[in-house]
Amino acid sequence: MAKKTPKLASAKEAGVHAVDFVDERTSISGTLRWVMFRPIPKGTNWFYTLGTATMVAFINQVITGIVLGMYYEPSTTRAYESMKYINNEVFLGEFVHGMHRWGSSVMVILIFLHMARTFFFGAYKYPRELNWVIGVALLVLTLLMSVTGYLLPFDQRAYWASVVAMNIAGNAPLIGPFTPDIALGGPDVTTLTLSRFYIIHMMLIPGAIIALIGAHLYLVVKLGTTAPPWVRADKVSADLKEHEG
Amino acid sequence: MNQREKEEYLREYAVLKSAGKPFFPYIIVKDGVMMIVVIGVIMLMSIMLGGELTAKADATTTTYAPRPEWYYFWAFELLRVIKPPYLVSLATVGIPTIAILLLILLPFYDRNPERHPLRRPVATTAGIFIMGAMFFLSYLGAEAGAPSQVEIGPPPAIAEAGGATMLKWDAGRKLVAQSSCGGCHKIGENGNDGPGPPLTEIGDRLKEGAIRETLINPTRPMPSFAQLGADNIDKMAFFLASLKSGGEGKGTTGGGAEGTGEESEGGSTPGQSPGG
Ligand code: HEM
Repeated sequence: MAKKTPKLASAKEAGVHAVDFVDERTSISGTLRWVMFRPIPKGTNWFYTLGTATMVAFINQVITGIVLGMYYEPSTTRAYESMKYINNEVFLGEFVHGMHRWGSSVMVILIFLHMARTFFFGAYKYPRELNWVIGVALLVLTLLMSVTGYLLPFDQRAYWASVVAMNIAGNAPLIGPFTPDIALGGPDVTTLTLSRFYIIHMMLIPGAIIALIGAHLYLVVKLGTTAPPWVRADKVSADLKEHEG
Repeated sequence: MNQREKEEYLREYAVLKSAGKPFFPYIIVKDGVMMIVVIGVIMLMSIMLGGELTAKADATTTTYAPRPEWYYFWAFELLRVIKPPYLVSLATVGIPTIAILLLILLPFYDRNPERHPLRRPVATTAGIFIMGAMFFLSYLGAEAGAPSQVEIGPPPAIAEAGGATMLKWDAGRKLVAQSSCGGCHKIGENGNDGPGPPLTEIGDRLKEGAIRETLINPTRPMPSFAQLGADNIDKMAFFLASLKSGGEGKGTTGGGAEGTGEESEGGSTPGQSPGG
């Protein structure tokens, strides 16, 4: 074994000190242990990675979205040009734009698969009902993300899809007549609409999603993840003796 | 679930948990692999499909009829299936609202303590049925004629007249297609059924003059097409007024039945190609 130089040793000591300093004031190590070493029931399989997969797709949207936001300008005169600039001039711009564009499809697929998994496994039942409700809210917000994001590049597809979507929303009973005013800021798609959609798309909904994912994961850790419904306790405890012996 | 069933579950779960493994390092490996797969797939899709942009948005030329994101195809197909106009607004808003409410409330009306999918026949069948229906509707939505095209064939009378009449009719058909009427109206096999009423047999209900008037002075949310000019509006109104029940034929074969103009003589108007 290589002998540690005094320099390295003191660096290590400083590191330990820093960790201790933070831990003394936050007890974060206890939380970390609670999260990382929580027992996961026997039988947990690949279907249980779909929630994490959805989260990764969301994180991808956040990171690529931040990069796009550094160049994007939400105005009818500049939005399309700024997207073109990202595609054509910015280093790896189109790659990042594409990751955001297709990442949204991937996230929608994954969130549906994750929901299907929890449905067929009966994982929404006691005591995890609230986590299902939070999940449905996440689903709605995710779909709203794709609606508000669709307009932002302000190309033909974006514009006309939003006009059609607005017509549909405008037809709704009761709230219908007000939706154009609320969503578009007037009867037409203007710069006001773009900045409105932009702030909804990059702050309001993502903020809500982050908060809800936090609550969702807190409950996941607190309640524990289910075992697949075909794994039975009587079987497991019999197995237990064989395997662990 | 009653108190006894709850306690039973918690007991059972405690046993399963104690027989399990810690998340770190045993389970996190799977999650890690999945993370890499997800990011890899997204990168691959971005490289292969790019960050496409179509032409810049233009509210005046209206030559672009959009299609929704593919994962909304099923919802749009549902709209196309629902015919009566008075049901359309119910469908556009009512169905999604009911679906979301049913989803949110699921744990509260499904009180069966059983979790195994095979021992929950109703829930499992319903789940599979809904997924199957969504796949099927998505498929139909993807197959449906693009709303930027109108593939209906000319009525026999016009096809026989030929010449200038036929040219005017076809010019009207192309203008209607390019003006993205199909974004809100169903015309034969093309277009979205709603929010506007279907135009497949509009000639039965409105005369040419009334149609022209509507194109110039529509009721909201339909936009006015006055900026296309009187001449173009004339052609569009002529075309639309010719759309009558039983009137449209498959080009000269004049089958008479519903205008399933898949290969109609009129051919298709190429919608504006993206990126043009
Ligand atoms: C942004 C979206 C979402 C994220 C990031 C997310 C994340 C997660 C994660 C990481 C887990 C741990 C177990 C697993 O991965 O299967 C989980 C569990 C769970 N999720 Fe989600 N989820 C999301 C959306 C949803 C939706 C839409 C629903 C249902 C409507 C849902 C319902 C549940 C339930 C009931 C559990 C507990 C499952 C169990 O203990 O077996 N989640 N979620």
